[in-house]
Amino acid sequence: MAGPSTYQPASGFTRWLDTRLPILRLAHDSFVAYPTPRNLNYWWTFGAVLSMCLVVQIVTGIVLAMHYAPSIHDAFASVQRIRRDVPWGWLIQPIHAVGASMFFLAVYIHMFRGLYYGSYKAPREVLWILGCVIYLLMVATAFLGYSLPWGQMSFWAATVITNLLGAVPVVGTAIRDWLMGGFAIDNPTLNRFFSLHYLLPFLIVGVVVLHVWALHEAGQNNPAGVDPKEKGDTVPFTPHATMKDLFITVVFLLLFGLFVFYMPDALGHPDNYIPADPLVTPTHIVPEWYLLPFYAILRAIDFNVGPIDSKLGGVILMFGAIAVLFVLPWLDTSRVRSMRYRPIAQQFFLIFVVVCIALGWCGAQQPAAPVIPHPAFKADLRWVEGGTSATRTVTATSERDAVAGFEAAAQEMRQAGAQLVLVNRTSPTQATLTGVSGGTEQRATVQGRDLDALEAEIGKRKASLGAASVPFVEVDRKEPFVFTVTRFSQILTAYYFLFFLGILPLLGLRETASRVPDTIAKSIRGGAH
Amino acid sequence: MRAHCLAALAAALALFATPQAHAETQQAHPHAEKWSFSGPFGTYDRASVQRGFLVYETVCAACHSLRHLSYRNLGEEGGPFAAYRVFNEETGQHETTLGLHGGHEGKLVEIQDNPYVAAIAAAVMIPDIDRDTGEATERAGRPSDRFRSPYPNPIAARAANGGALPPDLSVITLARHDGANYVHSLLTGYSDPPAGVDVVQGKYYNRYFAGGWIAMPPPLASADMVTYSDGTAATPEQMARDVTHFLAWASDPKMEMRKSLGLQSMAFLLVLTFLVYLAYKQVWRGTKH
Repeated sequence: MAGPSTYQPASGFTRWLDTRLPILRLAHDSFVAYPTPRNLNYWWTFGAVLSMCLVVQIVTGIVLAMHYAPSIHDAFASVQRIRRDVPWGWLIQPIHAVGASMFFLAVYIHMFRGLYYGSYKAPREVLWILGCVIYLLMVATAFLGYSLPWGQMSFWAATVITNLLGAVPVVGTAIRDWLMGGFAIDNPTLNRFFSLHYLLPFLIVGVVVLHVWALHEAGQNNPAGVDPKEKGDTVPFTPHATMKDLFITVVFLLLFGLFVFYMPDALGHPDNYIPADPLVTPTHIVPEWYLLPFYAILRAIDFNVGPIDSKLGGVILMFGAIAVLFVLPWLDTSRVRSMRYRPIAQQFFLIFVVVCIALGWCGAQQPAAPVIPHPAFKADLRWVEGGTSATRTVTATSERDAVAGFEAAAQEMRQAGAQLVLVNRTSPTQATLTGVSGGTEQRATVQGRDLDALEAEIGKRKASLGAASVPFVEVDRKEPFVFTVTRFSQILTAYYFLFFLGILPLLGLRETASRVPDTIAKSIRGGAH
Repeated sequence: MRAHCLAALAAALALFATPQAHAETQQAHPHAEKWSFSGPFGTYDRASVQRGFLVYETVCAACHSLRHLSYRNLGEEGGPFAAYRVFNEETGQHETTLGLHGGHEGKLVEIQDNPYVAAIAAAVMIPDIDRDTGEATERAGRPSDRFRSPYPNPIAARAANGGALPPDLSVITLARHDGANYVHSLLTGYSDPPAGVDVVQGKYYNRYFAGGWIAMPPPLASADMVTYSDGTAATPEQMARDVTHFLAWASDPKMEMRKSLGLQSMAFLLVLTFLVYLAYKQVWRGTKH
């Protein structure tokens, strides 16, 4: 795609170098003469933004590593020392922390761009897969880095995630213990997390080189999704793409700066300013915002499926959500690259974006919290006031017919005049039945906005009756259907996978695409050059 | 139960399943106060930080450590006791003043020469090791010392406080949601419990504290627990405001520096954005895209 090299060494030295190490030729062909489709829009500038983010993270990270102490006793204090005493540490540390969020913001835009314009389709499958590898490495690096300040969220996020790996059959426990360097998150864990956190970014650099190589081999996709056919379809990378990328990079830096200078802690969690304490669990453990959608998928599975328990099920789906991206090039059956010409796919894509954001929202909520308002929790209470109570012990012949036996005995007591009977099962085959008779039967309904409030109301009512005149109260709880965050996450998770495994494969076979222009030139408003 | 999906994460999950918020002990949102340090141009009120330091030293320091700060931090640029050499035009002399007033130019006094910080540090006895005998001893503090912690270790701290551990206050306004408002609300939020709430022995009702019952007795219960040298009346509300201001500075002492560099950086980036935009449009002029 890049075509024959157009590099012309200009001086004696560059001619000499070109025959020994043609590195300037490589740079010229890759970043100067490289033909760029001229219809690229702003969504195509995030590759440059991401390169900038990677460099910023590595440079600030190397400086931070000079001052950071990877020990459970010193880590928290050393981060404070960086922020207070190290020259410019007060700037470098927030840049690194905010930088992680900015990196993910850019990578998500980059990935959604690729999804919408079909940048994963032939001949760019390897390019896409390399991108997925980079993303996976980014997630791992971010997770490892988040644990280094050794605050409460650091510690508990590390605990949750390493425990998850333990759910993997056969090798899970071994991997978990190896990662932890013991049987709990402790100093060995922090040491290896630090080591790996320093290693992975350089692996990312390596894969980025491959990613860019694959990009230059296959050529850039473009909003029209048609290959450049003639020289007029492209412009040289420099200065056209370089200036456009630079413009967006500077705009992105404005956002970056806004957070670093004015809201350095807005994207973090206050709990991470509390030193890690293995004995105190935070009331609500959450990952950083960029991993919330996966966290929601993990927690959505609250049921067992055959031999797969809910925990393993959650882990499978969470990793599956990333794994499915790797095979995406073979899931989408449409021959049209760009969704610009796929009106129906466009709608499903839009829903997909909303679903991903909604999953992120779910990841930040308590799983049992209601998503939409629900009717109050109610309970009907029955009791007998001023009666006399009689107790009887019933022994059933076997455990199997115990319940029926107790109920029959209770029925007997009712027929004998008991107004209310309490069955208190004391052992698998034995129960104490208390019946009250000769009093006045009373009823009441209490309600609370959730189960806890209802229980409190019931308790209050029971206490006000007094144990002396009312031996027991029969409680019939009526729980309304609550549409919880978990239910919502289940629906969203289902759509996430449906999009990749159902919609894209089937839609590509059925849908009628609108007319795709033959050339890039024709896709541009105003027609030919 | 909903929490089943993570059942193995026992510790984490116990909390999802445990009823947290009972109607009668629901934590109140911190009361939003006006602070001079909020907003993109906000700065610390130096006098308030100084007064707040006095409240911390006199009241809070009896139980709460400030272990990530050293006494020298008080006299560094932006600190409450930063001293400057200022030329006094009336006397024709250079003199040392606390802070800069009314747009005066002045040179920051190096920390080892700062008389205020030296006096603050010297008033504190710091545990040390005797150089000759190796025995535990105490000596007068130096500016380079860390703030002295009230207890030798967390066990001693718990033992002295009915089992509760007074948290370190170095980053307290960052470690709580809406930190400054939270600290201020907590300090001024003690009251009798609402009717129907069971009293917890040895604890105090405070609606801003999670669960409603806090082990810390009302720390600023009466007026004039400190005497302000600038004549400000030391009401409980004033002391709470001042100490919150001090703790906000202690949590984020470089905030003013960050905001001022931020202003310069953002202004530079805006101009750069404009220039790069022009250059970009110039390059693409005549190329339909």
